[in-house]
Amino acid sequence: MTKKMKLSQLSDMLQDLDVESLEGVTIEGDIELNISGGGGLNPALAYALGSEISQISLHMANIGRMLGFPAEQLFASAFGMGEMPQPETLPTSPKIQELLASKFEVAKVDNWKNPIQEVTLGATSGDGGSRKSTVTLGGENALPYYFDAEMPHRNYVTMDVFDMPIGMAKSVKGNYEDVINDPAEWAKKVVREFNADMVTIHLISTDPLINDTSAKEAAKVVEDVLQAVDVPIVIGGSGNPEKDPEVLEKAAEVAEGERVLLASASLNLDYERIAKAAMDYGHVVLSWTQLEINAQKELNRKLMKQCNVPRDRIIMDPTTAALGYGLDYAYTNMERIRLAGLMGDDELTFPMSSGTTNAWGAREAWMVSSPLKQDSDWGPREYRGPIWEIVTGLSLSLAGNDMFMMMHPTSVQVLKEITQTLYGSIESEEIDITNWIGAEV
Amino acid sequence: MKINSPLEAYKFLPATNCGECGEQTCMAFASHLIDRSHKLTDCTPILEPKFKKKYEELDALLAPEIREVLIGVGENVAKIGGDDVLYRHKLTFFNQTQLAYDVWDTMDEKDLVERVNHIQNFKKFYVGDFLTVDMVAVRCTSNDPAKFGAAVKKVVETTDMPIILCSFDPAVLKAGLEASKGRNPLLYAANKDNWKEVGELALEYDVPVTLFAPNDLDLLKSMAKTFEAMGTEKLVLDPGTFPTGKQLKQTFTNFIKVRRAGIDGDREIAYPIMAVPFTAWMAHDDPVSASYWETVVASVFTIKYGDIMILHSTEPYAMLPELHIRDTIYTDPRKPVTVDPGMYKVGEPTADSPVLFTTNFALTYYTVESDLASNKIDCFLWAIDTDGIGVEAAVAGGQLTAAKIKKGIDESGFDLKKDTTHNAIVIPGLCARLQGDIEDETGANVMVGPADSGRLPGWMEKNWPPQKK
Repeated sequence: MTKKMKLSQLSDMLQDLDVESLEGVTIEGDIELNISGGGGLNPALAYALGSEISQISLHMANIGRMLGFPAEQLFASAFGMGEMPQPETLPTSPKIQELLASKFEVAKVDNWKNPIQEVTLGATSGDGGSRKSTVTLGGENALPYYFDAEMPHRNYVTMDVFDMPIGMAKSVKGNYEDVINDPAEWAKKVVREFNADMVTIHLISTDPLINDTSAKEAAKVVEDVLQAVDVPIVIGGSGNPEKDPEVLEKAAEVAEGERVLLASASLNLDYERIAKAAMDYGHVVLSWTQLEINAQKELNRKLMKQCNVPRDRIIMDPTTAALGYGLDYAYTNMERIRLAGLMGDDELTFPMSSGTTNAWGAREAWMVSSPLKQDSDWGPREYRGPIWEIVTGLSLSLAGNDMFMMMHPTSVQVLKEITQTLYGSIESEEIDITNWIGAEV
Repeated sequence: MKINSPLEAYKFLPATNCGECGEQTCMAFASHLIDRSHKLTDCTPILEPKFKKKYEELDALLAPEIREVLIGVGENVAKIGGDDVLYRHKLTFFNQTQLAYDVWDTMDEKDLVERVNHIQNFKKFYVGDFLTVDMVAVRCTSNDPAKFGAAVKKVVETTDMPIILCSFDPAVLKAGLEASKGRNPLLYAANKDNWKEVGELALEYDVPVTLFAPNDLDLLKSMAKTFEAMGTEKLVLDPGTFPTGKQLKQTFTNFIKVRRAGIDGDREIAYPIMAVPFTAWMAHDDPVSASYWETVVASVFTIKYGDIMILHSTEPYAMLPELHIRDTIYTDPRKPVTVDPGMYKVGEPTADSPVLFTTNFALTYYTVESDLASNKIDCFLWAIDTDGIGVEAAVAGGQLTAAKIKKGIDESGFDLKKDTTHNAIVIPGLCARLQGDIEDETGANVMVGPADSGRLPGWMEKNWPPQKK
């Protein structure tokens, strides 16, 4: 038996059909529309009926279109609508009128669990020394300046002072000509005029191949520098592995209680003597290796286990190569060391120091012009040198370096400003960059 | 990349060990897919129709987390993005930061052409090749589409380098696109006000487009999502580069966040990032300070995830460090950098000059070379092939032996007896123990130099020329 259905019911049914669910729908049998009443329909009813039928035909046409039949064309030709604007065809690329909402979220790193060891340099009168200020390095729980964790201490700069005149790039030398024969005055100058946080006194004249100055005489220079400035100091030897232990022992002795940084213990000299001197007279040891993470672990382990140096008295120097001269390795080495430390390798959780002055070894920093004819003009070297030292230091600061040994006043100033900007302590006027393209420069 | 072990990649390969890719086994090929030294298309069998499904699956698994976007055409196409890691020692960073230097449409034509030429001709020799910069960014400062179109036309005529069209006015950008048809320029930029029009331009001309949402990562991500829905993934993200103070700190944080989210798998924001160190010029009046700060900001964002940047200073003291830091960060830290083995002249050596050798580890070689050159020691210097290992380690590991040294000397075509008056070699102090062997192999008078090449000048004073025996 055929079930009867009112037109409006059919219309409703079709209206309710979700287009997406039409897949697999089949229309079976004939649809018979029996419109009774002959021609005598009242106009209101005829209009209503016409409306219903048109609705049905629209739905039917839609079904036809989904089956692939160009129903629009049929309508257009049947009703002469060729000139009419076509309705939107298949809805593949609707014009987007509003931005689609999306919220930016990113997780913090969850495997940086080991804070970097805090190490303090310098001792005030309360701690048995004579420094007016101290410097604390380390304490990080994240890569430098990252939002994952507050960075407890900023980076510090210790400026180089030598115990004898040395060869220097011209643009560096210009700043020190008046003090080059007087380490104490030199030290004063870098603190007062160039804003050094610390001073490094390099006792290079002790090298047997240079002046072979005695350890005792060298120690006198250390005393002078300690008197001349009240910031923490670093004491460097000449780099001669036979002579350095003796020189640093004597220097450590005259600096007793000042908590200086002794530079350096390394695997190619008698590091035990240096470690012992640091323990005996209350100093910190710089653990220096050459671009090799496993050597750095080995030396740190020896200092801790074999020489009993406590963790808060070790700083690492994994070696700095200049920009363009191996900085790729220096950067990677430091970044790996810092990441390993943060992730729990407790042989590597120490603050790091960089001999950033090495940047002046790059010929781009000091040479008048390129020795190669094919090179483009290098421009004035007085501008090249400092930026070489800045970019070298800046790269390493991003890899995790805490303390910089530097030389050129401009480099020190710019490096301090950028590292402290990233650290978050530099206020400056806000700049509107929304229309930077049109800026007149 | 969604997979990180060769075994995972191997499952999709034909496993026939046919050798077409140049590797002995499919497993070896798989490991090179993971370290990205081979492309999947190097496997010709997998391109056959029967492997289509596996190919597509593996291709999707191997796709880098950060989408790769191409700017320019032909030989000068610049690729940006394509990275998979946050720390370069884990894999290496791919596709060097592209450095674009600006010109603007209110320049006179002669100056513009000169500046474009300066940009495209700048070069600096480094580790066996020349470092160069990459792109020209044309800024619209006139607000006049016709003027901008003319400037772009001039740039296109002057250089084949990829270009960036910079304006927030869609009419101006359209003029630029018309003037650079077929060059696939990067559009800069869509922002919150013009995104519909600029998006349509990007689709119409089928070019990559930058999304600019200064210090608003929700907006940036929302724009990226919208553009993807509109039909393009050729997107570059500019979260705004603020040049000073706390704003710069915020910029730093934004860059880290965007890249971390992308690498962590948030596809909606996994696009290359643009930095605009140019803004340093909005903060500093004097050109030297502005150049310095521009270089400093450029260095920060070369290291931390800038894939492309727009700069202004074309002073060598700005460009040289920018080129070098970019090279430094994009050097693959997993492989030692080497120089070609052979004999090099330092300065202008004569038959009386010293003869030395070191290894072909680039760092060692260039250190020794610069120690000699900077002290004006004219000499002959061999780089002996040690597979790029330094002297001390190479002696210990057997990569540096008397036989290898003899071979290196012979292959360089230099004859100690004929080409020098002294028949002497100065060897690095770190391989002193090879002295006797080297004497036996070469028949030369072998002198042991210092352990550190920094001491060569002092050593030379005392020991050179060698005493006649």
